Amino acid sequence: MSETLTMAKALNRGLRRALQADPKVLLAGEDIGKLGGVFRITEGLQAEFGENRVIDSPLAESGIIGTAVGLCMRGYRPVVEIQFDGFVFPGFSQIVTQVAKLHMRTAGQNPMPMVIRIPFGGGIGAVEHHSESPEAYFAHTPGLKVVSCSNANDAYWMIQQAIQSDDPVVFLEPKRRYHVKDTVNFSARPAPMHQANIARYGTDATLLCYGPMVKTCLDAAAVAGEEGTSLEVVDLRTLSPIDWVTITSSVRRTKRAIVVHEAPLTLGLGSEVAARLAQDLFYVMEAPVLRVAGYDMPYPPARVEEEYLPSVDRILDAVDRSLAY
Amino acid sequence: MRGQSHDMVQLLTPDGERLEHDEFAFTGTTDDLVGFLRDMILARRFDAEATALQRHGELGLWTPLLGQEAAQVGSARAVREGDVVFPSYREHAVAMVLGVPLTNLLGLFRGSNGGDWEKLETFKNYQIVIGCQTLHATGYAMGLQFDGAVGNDDDADNSAVIVYHGDGAASQGDVNEAYVFAASYNAPVVFFCQNNQWAISEPIALQSRIPLFQRAQGFGFPGVQVDGNDVLAVKAVTDWAMQRARAGEGPSFIEAFTYRMGAHTTSDDPTKYRRAAEDEAWKGRDPVARLTTYLRNEGAIDDAWLAAIDDEGKALGADARASIPQLEDTTMDKLFATVYAEPTVALEAQRREYAEYAASFEENA
Repeated sequence: MSETLTMAKALNRGLRRALQADPKVLLAGEDIGKLGGVFRITEGLQAEFGENRVIDSPLAESGIIGTAVGLCMRGYRPVVEIQFDGFVFPGFSQIVTQVAKLHMRTAGQNPMPMVIRIPFGGGIGAVEHHSESPEAYFAHTPGLKVVSCSNANDAYWMIQQAIQSDDPVVFLEPKRRYHVKDTVNFSARPAPMHQANIARYGTDATLLCYGPMVKTCLDAAAVAGEEGTSLEVVDLRTLSPIDWVTITSSVRRTKRAIVVHEAPLTLGLGSEVAARLAQDLFYVMEAPVLRVAGYDMPYPPARVEEEYLPSVDRILDAVDRSLAY
Repeated sequence: MRGQSHDMVQLLTPDGERLEHDEFAFTGTTDDLVGFLRDMILARRFDAEATALQRHGELGLWTPLLGQEAAQVGSARAVREGDVVFPSYREHAVAMVLGVPLTNLLGLFRGSNGGDWEKLETFKNYQIVIGCQTLHATGYAMGLQFDGAVGNDDDADNSAVIVYHGDGAASQGDVNEAYVFAASYNAPVVFFCQNNQWAISEPIALQSRIPLFQRAQGFGFPGVQVDGNDVLAVKAVTDWAMQRARAGEGPSFIEAFTYRMGAHTTSDDPTKYRRAAEDEAWKGRDPVARLTTYLRNEGAIDDAWLAAIDDEGKALGADARASIPQLEDTTMDKLFATVYAEPTVALEAQRREYAEYAASFEENA
C-alpha cells in the first residue's frame, strides 16, 4: 500500500502511528497542540490523543528537554519539538550534559528513549536563527544519535524508528523539503535507521549528502548526466553513527567523493567524512575528497542565502575539479 | 540574619526548647526524634570521614554537608515508598536515610564510576550541573500525574517527587523553568531549597533581594521558609508539602534556612570569602546540638546513648575507610558498552581497537 504525500504529512502520519502503537509515546513542544506546530507537523494529533499525550509546552527549550528527561526516567518515550534550529541552544545544555550522558553515567540503568525533532537548514527566506545547521554539535556528542530524513518515505519510517529506539535521537527535518511530495510505501519493510541509502547510482564520482542537500545533489547529478558524467548520490540518512560501509563501498567504486552540506565548512560533517575516506581509501581514490558547504560565517540574511547555500552549480564545479585530478 | 523571615517556621529553638506553630506541628514521637538524632550524628560522622578520605587522596573531591544535617534528615524522613528523590550533590544524609549504600557515594567521588546507584529508582543520580535535576524531577512528576499516581482516594496509591537544590541554583534558568513547568502542569513536585547562605564564595545577598521562599508566589505556588537547622520543623513542613503534592494539589517550595559550616567542596577555602564571626553565629544554631539538648532534657537520651552512637559512628567511619580498597573501578569495556542502549558498529570498532591496544601490553609484560 502506498500513497503520495508531502514530507510534512508523512511525518504527521508517522507520529500518529507511533502514538497509536505505544501509550508511552508523548509529544511535547511549543505550539504543537492546538496549532499543530508552526509547520503543522503535529496537526490534529492533540485532538485525537488528548492534552496529556500531545503537550503544549511553555516557551522554554531547556524546560521542554529537561522535563522530557524526567519523563524518560518514568518510562515514557517523549518526542519533543524544537520550533526552529536556532532555538535549540537554550536546551543545548540539557541535551549534551544530561540526555547524552545519563545512560553511561548510570551504567545503563537510565535509558533515554527521547526524540528531539528539529526543523533545520535554510532556503526558506526566514529571519535569523531560523535557518541553521547545528548537526555537527550533536554528532560530536557521544551518547546521542543523529539522523536526517530527505524524503517523505524516509520521514514516515525514520520518525517511527527513532521513537522506538532506546537511545536519544536528534531528528533533523529539512524544513525546505517539508512540502516536497513523494511516494510513501506503508507496507514495505524500511531500511534500518542507521543505514545510508544510494539515492542514485553512478560511476564517475560520489556525492555524499543528507537532508536538504539530497535533492540538490540529485538535481546536480541529473544535469551532470546530461553532460555525460555519471554521479552517484549517497543519502547518509544517519549522521551519528555514520554508515561507513555504504559510503566506502560507493567511493571504492567511483574513486572520487564530494561531501555536500549546508553547515559551515570547518569541522563540519564533511571534515569527518573526508578524514575517514583518506584513511581507509588512500590508495583507491583518484582525487582528494572535496567539500561543498556553507561558508564559515553565521547564517546570512535571507536575501543572500542563495549565495551561501551549496547550489547545483557549486556542486558541479567541485565535480569538475575532482575529475580533473 | 539577613534573609530570615519572621514567618520562618521553627518548632525547636537553638536552645532546645519546643515551640508551637499555628500551621505546622511535628506529629512524630520522641522515639522518632531519637532516630533523627542518630541519623544526623551518623551523617555528620560519615561526612567527616569522607572529607578525611579526600585529604588522603582517596577521593577526587568531597562536598561536605556539615551543618545541613537537619534539613536533609528532616526532609528525607518525609519521603515514603513510591516517592522519588532527585538530589543535587550534597545530599549524603538523604541517601543514608533512604538506604542508599554510602559506598555508592564514595565510588562517585573517587571516580570509580559515574554514579551507579543501587537504589536509583528512588534516589536519582547526583547532579553536578547546577539545577538541571529540577527539570528532571518536574518531568518525572508530570509522569506520575499522567500515570494516575496522584490525587487518588486511597492515599497509599499516591506518590510525589522531592528535588533538592541550593540557594545558588535559584539563579539558574533551568530552575526557574522547572518552577514554570511545575506550576503549568500542577506537577506533584516539592522544591526543597537548602539555602546554606553561600554559592561557593557568592553570598545569598548576591543571588536574591528577597527571601527565596517569597519567589514561589510569583510562580503561583506556595513557598515556606523553615528553620533548616530544626529537624522537627523541617519534617513537619516537608510532610505538608509532600502530602499536598500526593493529593494532587501541585508543587510547593521549601526554603530550608541553614548554613554550610564547612567549605563548598574540599577544593575551596571559605576563610577567603567569609568572616569567622558568621561561622561563630551559626554554630549557635547547630542542628545536632539543639536536638541533643532537647532530648537530654526530655530524658530520652543520656551519656550512655551518646557514647553508643559515637561508637556506631566510629564503626561507620572504619567501614567507610575499609570500603575504599573494595570499590571496583568501572572498566573501559563497561563504558564502551553503556554509551548507547543499542550498540553502534563504529563504537564497537573503537572498543576492539582499545582492547587490542590494552592486550599488547599484557603480551609484552
